[in-house]
Amino acid sequence: MHILLKLISYIGLLLTVVPSILVFLGQIELSFHKTLMFVGMLMWFLTAPFWLNKQSETEVEG
Amino acid sequence: MKKTLAKQLDAINEYEREPIPKSKLKGLKSFVGMYAGEHIAGTEFVIGPLFVVHGVSAIDLFTGLLVGNLLAVLSWAFLCAPIAVRVRLTLYYQLEKICGKYLVSFYNVVNALMFCFLAGSMIAVAATAVGIPFNIAMPGLDDLYPSSIGWVVTVLFVGSVITAVAILGYEQISRFANVCAPWMILIFVAAAFAVMPQLGITSLSSFWEVAQTKIWTGVPVAGYTKFTFWHVMFFAWFANMAMHIGMGDLSILRYAKKWYHGFASSTGMFIGHVMAWVSSGILCAAAGGEVPPGPIAYASAGIAGAACVMIAGWTTANPTIYRAGLAIQSIMPSVKRWKVTMIVGLVTTIAAFFPALVMQLLGFVALYGLVLMPMGAIIFIDYWVIPKLGMTSNYASVANKHFNIAAAVTWLGTLAICLSLNFFQNVDIFFLGLPGWFIAATLYIIISKLYQKKNMGQPASKLSATSLTV
Repeated sequence: MHILLKLISYIGLLLTVVPSILVFLGQIELSFHKTLMFVGMLMWFLTAPFWLNKQSETEVEG
Repeated sequence: MKKTLAKQLDAINEYEREPIPKSKLKGLKSFVGMYAGEHIAGTEFVIGPLFVVHGVSAIDLFTGLLVGNLLAVLSWAFLCAPIAVRVRLTLYYQLEKICGKYLVSFYNVVNALMFCFLAGSMIAVAATAVGIPFNIAMPGLDDLYPSSIGWVVTVLFVGSVITAVAILGYEQISRFANVCAPWMILIFVAAAFAVMPQLGITSLSSFWEVAQTKIWTGVPVAGYTKFTFWHVMFFAWFANMAMHIGMGDLSILRYAKKWYHGFASSTGMFIGHVMAWVSSGILCAAAGGEVPPGPIAYASAGIAGAACVMIAGWTTANPTIYRAGLAIQSIMPSVKRWKVTMIVGLVTTIAAFFPALVMQLLGFVALYGLVLMPMGAIIFIDYWVIPKLGMTSNYASVANKHFNIAAAVTWLGTLAICLSLNFFQNVDIFFLGLPGWFIAATLYIIISKLYQKKNMGQPASKLSATSLTV
């Protein structure tokens, strides 16, 4: 389950940053980039809290 | 039995007047996340544009940021963290032992007020994003007072949410920052990349030419002073002066397992400040010189950009309100911290109504560091130098004094000298922190020598200085 959550989180981060590079390269429009960033944001915040803080707690205890 | 919310909040123990136990120490990663989150803040969206407004040239910006932020990291690692991990006390309790209860109470009121204003600017920044869907009129560069009822309502809403999170304590703040930090970093980078074609940057090789001619042109907006390398360097170094040289982060780094966790601040300085200030400067130029952060982020990154401004405001305002709560709580230790934090949050939210806090942010940040810096110099000298000179560290605690005159004269004297240089000699406030530290250090040694000598005849505890440090 954690692996799936992490995967979705990382795809969310990719959707946050990759579209801007595609705008920079002239491959997509700014409006589409904004939509993809929004989707990426949802993916990150709906999944990252479930594994990111648990990982931090393990690190603190160790 | 089901606990009430108040009982649960009362149970949150933040070790305000005792050393952090070993079981509660945190590893490097916790500080990496915290510093990254705290310094990739809503105010970064304002500082970058204000550099553009003040006509910094591209070369001055980049070199100034690199040198200044490096000095800031070294200040955390070599000035603040080594003392934090040795004493493991809050700034306020450590100061109480040096300065006495009455002086530290006065300092704490000043400190808490400065924190309230700083957190207020962060709440105002977040509000510029929250107000976008409601078409709230945003304050302009020259606005000092609340611009509309809509603005006041938006600020009130944002301030209430941020205060509620701060009440839950450090653990919750750290968790919140951990989740937000990686995403916020990428938003800053992505937003800047996305608007580069609008400025005519179509390849990395064309960046420098456009940076010099369209972004950091070296020409200030009419009515604003011109900034140089020295302004940028000293601003970058002293933007968090209250935290590192001023020792404010004793309260945070007391949780660190090792002193070198102070280097974790590099994530905040280089990924945060350098990258975020550069990115937000690019966004400002692409928005035709607009400064309100919410709209410029929305224009470049849509809803995600506006959300980033809002969340960035939260992650910085949270620990700032938390620190202000600690400051007041140390004056009134019998009052629960969550109640104090709630009052602090209210004052902060009222301060946030005034956009002057945001639009005059550079000057305010410099003043805030300067006001709190002398006490950091006093802690540093008291810990490392005073015992070597045969004097007593933690003098108020050892001699059972409620008011250490040496510390009071040092603090107020340093501020008087620095502010005189600013008012009468027109020395820019950004340049006063460095000479101010040496003035404070020298004053404290000289006056302590006289003060402690004078009190030697009076009965005082024979406890050594080191026996009181934990």
